[in-house]
Parts: sequence; C-alpha cells; structure tokens
Amino acid sequence: MALPNKPTGERKAVRDPEVEEREVDILIVGGGMAACGTAFEVKKWMSEGQTVLLCDKAAMERSGAVAQGLSAINTYIGDNSVEDYVRMVRNDLMGIVREDLIYDLGCHIDDSVHLFEEWGLPIWKKTEDNKNLDGKKGQKLGTLKGGSAPVRTGKWQIMINGESYKRVVAEAAKLAIGDDNILERCFIVELLTDANNPGQIAGAVGFSVRENKVYIIKCKTMMVACGGAVNIYQPRSVGEGKGRAWYPVWNAGSTYTMALRAGAELSMMENRFTPARFKDGYGPVGAWFLLFKAKALNGLGENFAAGDAAKAELEKYAPYGTAAITPTCLRNHLMLFEMKEGRGPIMMDTVTALATLGETMDKKELKHLESEAWEDFLDMTCGQANLWCAQDCEPEKKNSEVMPTEPYLLGSHSGCCGIWTSGPDYDWVPDAYKIKHNGKVYNRMTTIAGLFTSGDGVACSGHKFSSGSHAEGRIVAKEMAKFARDNADFTPTLKETKEELVDLVYKPVRTYLDNVEYTTAEDINPNYLKPNGMMYRMMKATHEYGAGTATFYMTTSKNLEIVLDLLETMRADCEKLAAGDLHELMRAWEIYHRLYTVEAHLRHIQYRKETRYPGFYYQADHPGQDDENWFCFTNSTYDRATNQWSLKKVPYTKIIPD
Amino acid sequence: MPSFVIAEKCDGCKGGDKTACEYICPNDLMVLEPNSMKAYNQEPDQCWECFSCVKICPTQAIEVRGYADFVPLGSSIMPMMGTEDVMWTCKFRNGLIKRFKFPIRTTPEGTANAYPDLKGKDLDSGLLSTEEADGYQLSTPQTI
Repeated sequence: MALPNKPTGERKAVRDPEVEEREVDILIVGGGMAACGTAFEVKKWMSEGQTVLLCDKAAMERSGAVAQGLSAINTYIGDNSVEDYVRMVRNDLMGIVREDLIYDLGCHIDDSVHLFEEWGLPIWKKTEDNKNLDGKKGQKLGTLKGGSAPVRTGKWQIMINGESYKRVVAEAAKLAIGDDNILERCFIVELLTDANNPGQIAGAVGFSVRENKVYIIKCKTMMVACGGAVNIYQPRSVGEGKGRAWYPVWNAGSTYTMALRAGAELSMMENRFTPARFKDGYGPVGAWFLLFKAKALNGLGENFAAGDAAKAELEKYAPYGTAAITPTCLRNHLMLFEMKEGRGPIMMDTVTALATLGETMDKKELKHLESEAWEDFLDMTCGQANLWCAQDCEPEKKNSEVMPTEPYLLGSHSGCCGIWTSGPDYDWVPDAYKIKHNGKVYNRMTTIAGLFTSGDGVACSGHKFSSGSHAEGRIVAKEMAKFARDNADFTPTLKETKEELVDLVYKPVRTYLDNVEYTTAEDINPNYLKPNGMMYRMMKATHEYGAGTATFYMTTSKNLEIVLDLLETMRADCEKLAAGDLHELMRAWEIYHRLYTVEAHLRHIQYRKETRYPGFYYQADHPGQDDENWFCFTNSTYDRATNQWSLKKVPYTKIIPD
Repeated sequence: MPSFVIAEKCDGCKGGDKTACEYICPNDLMVLEPNSMKAYNQEPDQCWECFSCVKICPTQAIEVRGYADFVPLGSSIMPMMGTEDVMWTCKFRNGLIKRFKFPIRTTPEGTANAYPDLKGKDLDSGLLSTEEADGYQLSTPQTI
C-alpha cells in the first residue's frame, strides 16, 4: 500500500504554473448579484475600444449568495418612500449609517427588480380581492413595472418563486458582457496598486482552480465584490454540518481582505450578523413571522417578545428599541436573555399560526398555504426541508426550534461592515462623504483611486439584499466607465515582477512540494500547515475569545488581547501554508483571507468602547451604548509594509429627518 | 447534507462537453475521478446543500444525505427540473411523501433581454441605462 503522502485532490499542483498576463480597462472581481449587475450595465457606458473582464471563483450561473435561490426579494421600494427606506435601515442598524448611500441605492433598486421580472423571474401578485397568485399565475395581472401589486410579507419584502433567481440574473449578465469577457473558476487573491502611486489600483493577481495557471491582470479601474465572510467562527455544527452555514460557505472575506491589503479604508467592521434561524437547518424565519404571523415562544410557552419585561428591556435602547420594528440585534438580545435565564428552548409556534390562518380558509387555500411554507425552504434552504422530513416534522403538527447562529460578516443583509466608499456627487451629500480622484467624485469608490466595491463590500448601509446588490453593482459599472474615460491616459504599472507574483500565489504549492517527502503522511509535517488545520485553529480562537457562540457572543478587553495575539501568530504561520492540489490552494488563500477579515472585525470591536449591537455581540467591559463618545463611524486601515492597523473615529452626519 | 453520487448512474458526462456537477458546484467540491470516470464530492463538510449539482445532473445520479451531525436517516428531498417549473418530492422518515411544484421562470431559457443595443447617453448623470431610456427622474431627499 502506498504511503499517504500525496495530495488527495484530482488536480495536482505543480511548482511552475503557466502565466497569463492581461490588461483591460475595467476589471470586475466577483460573480454574484452585484457583479452580475455590473456585467449587465457596464458595456452600455463603455466607449468603443474599451475593454472589460469579469473573474468569478465559481460559475456565474450558480455563484454567490443567491446560488441556491431565494423565496423573496427583501427590498422593493414600490409605493414606499425612499426616505422611509433610509429610516428603516438606520433604525435596524442602531443609528449609525451612511444615509447618502442608502438613499442613492433606494432610487435604483426597483429598476433592477423590474429587469428581473422581464428576464423571467416569477414574482407573486396580489389580486384585487386580496388573494396571492404565484409568479406564473400572476402574469395575467401584468408586471410590477406596469403597476400590478406584489405580495408583500413586510413593508419592504416581496415574494417570488426564486429557485432559478441566480440563473436568470446571470444569464442576462453573461449575454450583456459576452462570454469572451468572463473568466470562470478564476480566484483573484490579491489586488495590486500602481508602482508610481500606491494610492491607486493597477491590477490583480489570481489563479485558475481548473489548471495550473496564474493570471496577472492590469486594469485602470476595478470593482471587488466577492461577498461577505462565513465560517470565521466555529459554527454550531462542527462535522459535516459546518457546510450548512446560513450565508454561503464559500464567502471567505476575500472582499474585505483584498481591499484592506491594498490599503483601502474599512468601516464599521465591528458590525456582524448572527441571524436567528430554524436550528441546525438554518431555514428562513421571515415568512413564518411575517406571512404566517407565527410567534416565537420560550420554554415556558410564553410569547416573551410581547411581554412587559421585553418592553422594559427594549426601552433601554430607545429610540431604536422602541421603534415600530425592533432592530434585528435587539430581537436576538431578547431571545438570548430567555436562553441565559434558563427559559429555553425558543420555539417557533407554527402549529398555532397555521391553525389560526386555517380558520378563514377553505381546503384548497390551506393546501396552498402549506405549499407556500415548504417553498420558502425549498427555494433557498433545501436542507431545512430535508431536516423537517427527517424529523417527521409537519409544521401544522409540530413546532420547530429557533436559534441564533454563529457570527457572519456582511454589508448587504442586516449588517453594515465593509469598505468605506464615496457617496454620489449630489449637492445634498456632505463633502466628508465624497471621495475624489483628480478633483472628481466617483460614487462607491474606495479610498484607493480606481478601486470600487458594491454589495457586501460597501460599509455603513445594509438591507440591500439581492436586488440592492444588483443595483449597486450597476451604479459602480457606470462609475468605472466614467473613471476609465477620465483616466484614459493612465498606464497601470505593477511594482512586482511576474516571478514575484507567481511566487506569491503559488507559495503554498512550493512549500508543499519542498517538504512533502519529509514525512510519511502528507497532512502532518512540521514544516508546513494545511489550510484545514489553520481553519480549525482560527475557529477555536474566535469562538472562545472573540464573542462566538461559546460565550453567548460575549467578549472582554482581555479576551480581545488574547485572540488578537493568537491571530497575529496565525497570520505569521500562514507563511507555511501548504497546498498539494488546486482545490487546496483555493482553501489556502481562503483561510488567509478569513484571517485578515476576522482580525479587522476584532480590532474594531476592541476600538469601539461600547456595545452598539447587543444581541450580535457584547463587550463586557463596555456594556450599553455610549452615544456621547461613540455615535460615529469607526474606520481602519492596514499598512502591509509595517503590519500596523490604524483606527479612527469618523463623524456621522444625519441627512434624513426622523 | 452532503451530496453523493450513485456509482451505477454516473457516466462522468462522457457524452457532454463538460462534467455538469464539476462545472456548476459553487464551492468546487464535485470532481471527476479520471480512472473510473465517475464524479464524487471531495469535501463533504463544505457542502452548502445548495442542490446545484443535483439539479444539473443529466442522469439524476446525484442526491444528498443529511449531515451526519444532526439529520436522522431515512428522509430525502429530490428536485425534478423542468423548463418552467421544479417538482419536489419530499420523503419523510416515517414514509410520508409530499410533492410540490413551483414555477422557476416565465421565459424560455436563453432569452433574457440583455439590452445589447442600449447605449447610455449621459455618463455624468446618476441614471442607470434603462432608467435613462425610460425617462426616469432621480429624486432628491427631504433633508434636515
């Protein structure tokens, strides 16, 4: 029997990969909803002779957070006012948001939703007599753009039949940008600034996960939009189930890490999201609360969120806690309080909800209602449906447990961490929110000239979801076309040589090949560490010290010192990451990205001396909110040359009145 | 809930231009073993159970088995993709079977309007291309 000191993957990595060098005007890094928006929009603004390239780590047809599908579009403005949209986001994110970014996005979201419907996404419709029609039957009522009414589950959400949501959106994106301008299975891992101006973007380097090839791509302008960060904390399921992350398990913090390593300023990285979802399967609860009017009960069977104690607790966080819609973090806060007081588990009372709805429905309508409940899972969290089947759980007969998940970092859902970007160049936008290059403002540009972001990448906004990320990607497409026009004479120049870049990208492969023969089993070698081992090391440290589920999301100043020390050592040990095949090389770069991202997160928590988001995390040495000192943004930069992080306060400006 | 490949049904997409599951998996998990010419999930604990491989497999060789951590054995859910709808068969552990059919798209595949001929006019305005074409007016917020 052969010794097990050989890579397990099917695509062995070699020491010297092929190198492909390219130069384009506009580079799009990412392939999810935001990047699909950019791909759809960009050529409509490019001039003759300009070039564009999109690099996706996966296949656009099913990449990003919408790969599996969705059962709702969470933001559609419709008859609401854009000002109210800003107010909703501001309240949910405890006051500190960029109202310019949110308002600007609110003006464009519906246009993207209208395109989705035109492309073929089935959107539910409301009949005049208040009945719900699915997206196929609802076609007879016309389109949203033509004025027909969507089915609202809350003020902002609309229901869809979204199993093929991403396929439909990617189809339009690919047709618009053209197959020749797309590189799938190309994982961009590092952004490169200009040799003559370290404050300007000049290119990126990455590799193919299908063949031994490194891509070096120069560009005049670039968008980085590769989603948020998942599995940076130990998940509640640690075996096979760690793949069942609430957010896409392949989101590795690449957006934040690549931007920060290029010198871009981050903002509000202390913010996180720990959604309360159906336990283990992580199926959505929104439709259960909003569409089926279900209540969450504590272990005593009490609707705790409606009780006097909850009301009193929420008053501590006025005006957010006392608003009509309780902020997401405070809803978690109430739930955690019950669990810590020994009044768990928290159960979603599906039985009562469906029975109550059934009182006014005939048999056919009830059957339809049951189908809607299952579709909510089957469209976007198939595994939750299987979990119900495995547990013999019919929601009309058996309640299901709800639990807050491990922490996630994102900027498009109910979270607002990310990269500090420019607002639009309108008179009503404060100057402090505008970032210029050569005297001109570029909307959604980061503090690195020519580098843009969107979706999960843009900090201080949130509640964009799928539709908003797409619209934001389109905004960026136009801004990049503008940047490329205004800087047509800019020749991007890399300071690194081709050999240096190949060595950077393929270092884990070379480390592996240099050392693998030393031991008899390839995973255990004193001269290197596999990405899988580093992943467990990171998860253990953040879980125990960094306000993970181990401590009910609680950390302290001393715990933060410990975890930051551990992370520094981990980042140093990343010099010895090893990869024997291309899949493992991808994992090596992903863990590298995750480590920087989670360090940024914890450094921000350390810097902000208050607990702004109770329910998402608690800084025990600084409980409660301190508006006097901390009603501001916190921004950070990282200096690669010195390995130093710098944090600062940035004033908040209120634009939209209460 | 990692995906698994039924050996007898997988033909490695020999007749196709690409290995379908390998092409689609968002997390680069599905790979073809070149000797047996059959696919497998190379990292089951990173499977998001998104069913992309299940849905695309031309021989219906791929299914999923619930995560060993927390899913009891004996259930299954299986999608059957059509051009307009998806049909799900949900089998409970106790044998109960439920079937659901949902629309997936209202247009023929490949016909999404990418507006290939649309060219924006004013690169310096805040309007997106289709908004400009529609004569959409950008609003200004009621500020403090």
